[in-house]
Amino acid sequence: MTNPKGRFGQHGGQYIPETLMNAVIELEKAYDHYKDDPEFNRELKELFDNYAGRPSRLYYADTMTKDLGGAKIYLKREDLNHTGAHKINNVLGQALLAKKMGKTRLIAETGAGQHGVATATAAALLGMECVVFMGKEDTERQALNVYRMRLLGSEVIPVTSGTATLKDAVSEAMREWTSRIDDTHYCLGSVMGPHPFPTIVRDFQAVISREIKQQILEAEGRLPDAVLACVGGGSNAIGSFYHFINDPGVRLIGCEAAGRGVDTWETAATIATGKLGIFHGMKSYFCQDEFGQIAPVYSISAGLDYPGIGPEHAYLHDTGRAEYVPVTDAEAVDAFEYLARTEGIIPAIESAHAVAHAMKIAPEMPKDSIIVITISGRGDKDCAAIARYRGEDIHE
Amino acid sequence: MSNISKAFANGKAFIPFITCGDPDLETTAAVVKAAVANGADLIELGIPFSDPTAEGPVIQEANVRALEGGVTTDKIFDMVMELRKEISIPLVFMTYANVVYSYHWDGESFIRRAAECGIDGLILPDLPFEEKEEFHGLCRKYGIDLISMIAPTSSDRINMIAKEAEGFIYVVSSLGVTGVRSEIRTDIGSIVEQIRTVTDVPCAVGFGISTPEQAAKMAALSDGAITGSAIVKLIARYGKESAGPVGEFIKSMKDALSKVH
Repeated sequence: MTNPKGRFGQHGGQYIPETLMNAVIELEKAYDHYKDDPEFNRELKELFDNYAGRPSRLYYADTMTKDLGGAKIYLKREDLNHTGAHKINNVLGQALLAKKMGKTRLIAETGAGQHGVATATAAALLGMECVVFMGKEDTERQALNVYRMRLLGSEVIPVTSGTATLKDAVSEAMREWTSRIDDTHYCLGSVMGPHPFPTIVRDFQAVISREIKQQILEAEGRLPDAVLACVGGGSNAIGSFYHFINDPGVRLIGCEAAGRGVDTWETAATIATGKLGIFHGMKSYFCQDEFGQIAPVYSISAGLDYPGIGPEHAYLHDTGRAEYVPVTDAEAVDAFEYLARTEGIIPAIESAHAVAHAMKIAPEMPKDSIIVITISGRGDKDCAAIARYRGEDIHE
Repeated sequence: MSNISKAFANGKAFIPFITCGDPDLETTAAVVKAAVANGADLIELGIPFSDPTAEGPVIQEANVRALEGGVTTDKIFDMVMELRKEISIPLVFMTYANVVYSYHWDGESFIRRAAECGIDGLILPDLPFEEKEEFHGLCRKYGIDLISMIAPTSSDRINMIAKEAEGFIYVVSSLGVTGVRSEIRTDIGSIVEQIRTVTDVPCAVGFGISTPEQAAKMAALSDGAITGSAIVKLIARYGKESAGPVGEFIKSMKDALSKVH
């Protein structure tokens, strides 16, 4: 490749219409300037600490540890952040950056609605206009989050094209950005899309692993043996992994949504079933057919229901530095209920995928080993859907 | 000099876009023949993609109809191979990078097969200048022009893109996605003037051109006009009986262009 810009090995790049090229170049220049700007970083830290509630807790899950009978389990509580998920870390960073760039309007895609709510929140806080694109199917699965976004002053546009889920919301947000660039920043919610988004989002989410490292050293005096996080596009996972990438003793495990199983068509497990391709601005792995048509993926989790994975994860998979494992709907729902009962914590169904894998590996690990699971968000939004999954119809 | 230059040898060029397989490939072949008979100078054949991020609703829906109808890239290659027995005007494929890159898990086989079928050029709206080399090398190897796009936002990038352009330059008329527009406000004249300082490769303007008046206006500032959504709308309306109405439409567009000098 003649242009190494924004590459993670063979992955990444900038596969976008010419109309957007100067916009991403402008974004890259602005980010390169502000990321080392003391004033920008002071303002961001202020927002992180006093608005989002950082640092988030690293909680020792004693009951779960004893119940599983193996590794000591710590939970990184991103669910305790303002708005209830890790998404706020990235959004505060990007919204502040957009404001410094003179933009007055944010647009965003959302799957489960967590990124949309976070963007709507930052827009309200910083006095910016906000439009969120959300697959029509997801607006129905996550009606409460749609209400929250509108309450925060944002417009929510249900997307009916394609499969009416997260990938179509991304496509629609990209189309919108192409038509209105001057005053608008596309606040992309995951470590995906064209360069510089995978890098910007990673850097803002890396606060998760920076805190884990410090907190686990304080609590245990050593690094964990494994860090687990769920992966859709992969923002909470890369945030959880980033400061451990150069610590080879720490296993990094990304938990993908297998839906009804990786041997079925109803899956969203990209590493398990995808192939190298080019989509949504990046080269990475995608669920697709031999004609390059993107597959209509499925997961019970709207936030993991995406046919691709961020380019840095694709690279960490290629190099073997991180492992990616599939977790089915059934396993995730069991873990959702398990964490609620054992620790009194209702995780997002996305995060429950990571909990489920921890439940598989912790019993096999020695008692003095340590694993950290990132609880990327809280599960209130999922209660109605999980009840439905169990055959119970409740009104929100 | 590529075959594409022939399209610009008879005055201002009219370039229709057709989504292959909408509603089926027999109709596409009939529409292509009608387009040629009515004065099309070059035809853009769209290979449908599941997620066409540069398209507005009209062409998005055509992609859905075509894919639901069971069209595949292989069937489109076969159709083009057949068409080439009868028609000689330049043909280009317009599709998305992944349709080429992931074709039977071997992007080179797409380009090779396209060349065998007599395709002259390739337009990939999600492949900007910075990423083109991986595709351009293969296109060169098989004698296919990789068409460059220049947008209203390109400004300081125009020279860089135009210098390496081949076949023709696709000048995007306005911001946003494909689709009918009532008015085009971009200063196309100054973009083309800027392009002319570095290359003689012909410039055709597309996005939002749906009437003979608009086509004539755009062609007066460039070397030709491209129309997609307006044609796709006709096909959506007339289905398998589209060849007649599309032919008439193309004639009206070409007639308008033939009065422009």
